[in-house]
Amino acid sequence: MAEKINLLAFEKPLTELFKKIEHLKKISEISMTDEILMLKKRIETMRKEIFLNLTPIQVVQVARHIMRPTMLDYINLVFTDFVELHGDRNFSDDPAMVGGIAKLNGKSVVVIGHQKGHATKELISRNFGMANPEGYRKALRLMRIAARFNKPIISFVDTPGAYPGIGAEERGQAEAIAKNLREMIALTVPFVTVITGEGGSGGALGIGMGNKVLMLEFSIYSVISPEGCASILFRDAGRAPEAAEKSKLVAKNLLELGIIDEIIKEPIGGAHNNCEQAAQNIKAAVIKHIDELKKLSHGELISHRYQKYRKMGIFTEV
Amino acid sequence: MAKISIQEWFSLNKKRDKEKEPQRLNIPENLWVKCHSCKTTIYNKDLEANLKVCPKCGYHYRLSSRERMKITIDEGTFKEFDANLKSCDFLAFSDTVPYQKRIEDAILKSSLNDAIVTGAGKIGGISTSLGIMDFAFMGGSMGSVVGEKFTRQVEYAIEHKLPVLVFTASGGARMQEGIMSLMQMAKTSAALERLREFCLPFIVVLTDPTTGGTTASFAMLGDIHIAEPNALIGFAGPRVIEQTLRQKLPPGFQRSEFLLKHGMIDAVCERKNMKEVLTKILTFFAEQ
Ligand SMILES: [Zn+2]
Repeated sequence: MAEKINLLAFEKPLTELFKKIEHLKKISEISMTDEILMLKKRIETMRKEIFLNLTPIQVVQVARHIMRPTMLDYINLVFTDFVELHGDRNFSDDPAMVGGIAKLNGKSVVVIGHQKGHATKELISRNFGMANPEGYRKALRLMRIAARFNKPIISFVDTPGAYPGIGAEERGQAEAIAKNLREMIALTVPFVTVITGEGGSGGALGIGMGNKVLMLEFSIYSVISPEGCASILFRDAGRAPEAAEKSKLVAKNLLELGIIDEIIKEPIGGAHNNCEQAAQNIKAAVIKHIDELKKLSHGELISHRYQKYRKMGIFTEV
Repeated sequence: MAKISIQEWFSLNKKRDKEKEPQRLNIPENLWVKCHSCKTTIYNKDLEANLKVCPKCGYHYRLSSRERMKITIDEGTFKEFDANLKSCDFLAFSDTVPYQKRIEDAILKSSLNDAIVTGAGKIGGISTSLGIMDFAFMGGSMGSVVGEKFTRQVEYAIEHKLPVLVFTASGGARMQEGIMSLMQMAKTSAALERLREFCLPFIVVLTDPTTGGTTASFAMLGDIHIAEPNALIGFAGPRVIEQTLRQKLPPGFQRSEFLLKHGMIDAVCERKNMKEVLTKILTFFAEQ
């Protein structure tokens, strides 16, 4: 049902099949079950096909899907014993940034991440996942606790960007992000970042400087949104598909550029079609990388992270 | 929902950019100019002699990196680093103009190889590792070259136990380099973490304009932040905020004095006093 309401434009070919299933269900006799199963199989096959060949702007649509699982959808599937911890201890608690302690595979960790929501009410209360300075400061507070008590950190990135508001500027949005960038380098514990939806620029990077950066297959990571890029550089917001293509914001491109370390597979039709499966894939990947990183000493972890970001950049030197 | 960019340097569009220059009056040899702020007609030589600050209203016009160097660094002490670093179009990125052409045009226009000049020099007799950004080169945007040159400047300081000073003037990340420009924020901030471990000071002079990814990385990580009067300094550009909130911004929003009031900078300093103030600050850190 949810699938039917939330088909994306490029999934149109599936509409007829879903309608048929609905119809069969209405006149339902037990004898129809086989037919429904067959139709579902066909949907799955077609979906698989469609999602194999998504254009970058279509990936953007999946990444922003209203039913795309959020940090809080994943939290109890990837982790156990989650206790949310609030507040930056200076000004307020930012609902667009969630953080807390939890267990991953039975071991204590600190988890932070942007939170968007699905329903209008939650989206508004969480500012569509656009954090204010307090969100970044809360995240830093929790990362520092992790470092002091030797617990790994996992960050979940899913934001259109840091919030561009008057209060955000007054309270130092730039300073809050900048400080996080500097402090994340010095964390003495294993740190893994998972980009689960939208990796929107500085707002994403502000909690995203893990030793390893993993990305869900249909998520995006960019310095500017395709719409912003199109309206500024192409002077035409309608050219967003072209901007998405050119700015290389999909996981495959980012892996080639050495920005991310691994692409996490999504279930057929994207994470929103099977949140449990997506969570299992995330969990397996995160455990693997945390276990690898645990073999490094504090000093090695810092130097691993430092070297990773030190070598970013492409230029000529003649 | 708002579509967000952390920078909007292009929306400091051509028209607005022109306002940042005094208007040249149509008189032979450009002897006279009209201040765009107070509309007074000024003798051009007086404006130049006054460090490009309007003698009537105190409006600070933008300086090129060369002009900045001339009024800041002790004469004959500057040694430039990494002048041979050049940007390249590794994404094959083309908007209205191919990136490669933008780079070449900017080099011709500014006689610079990219948006920051770095090196070592003395200020008030104190050896300093210096970076001076130049808005004339693609809006001072930070791509791989700016990030690399700044990082090397910090590494040089660590190696030679020097303070680091940077003059910022930047619209933010260079979008033509895509995600790699975002990574420069990580790289430069990481370098500054190392500088701190070595207990070496980092001083930032914020000049008009400093926004976006530059502000959200090294520009806000100084031990000391000084700003020139009335400089635009912020995370999101004013136009993005206006579009998001659908309201006009209050006068003075994101200007130096606003940042001073909100605790983001240590002082606002007029250009004519800048070298003296910087010398005092450098002396404070240099004292054994
Ligand atoms: Zn004037």
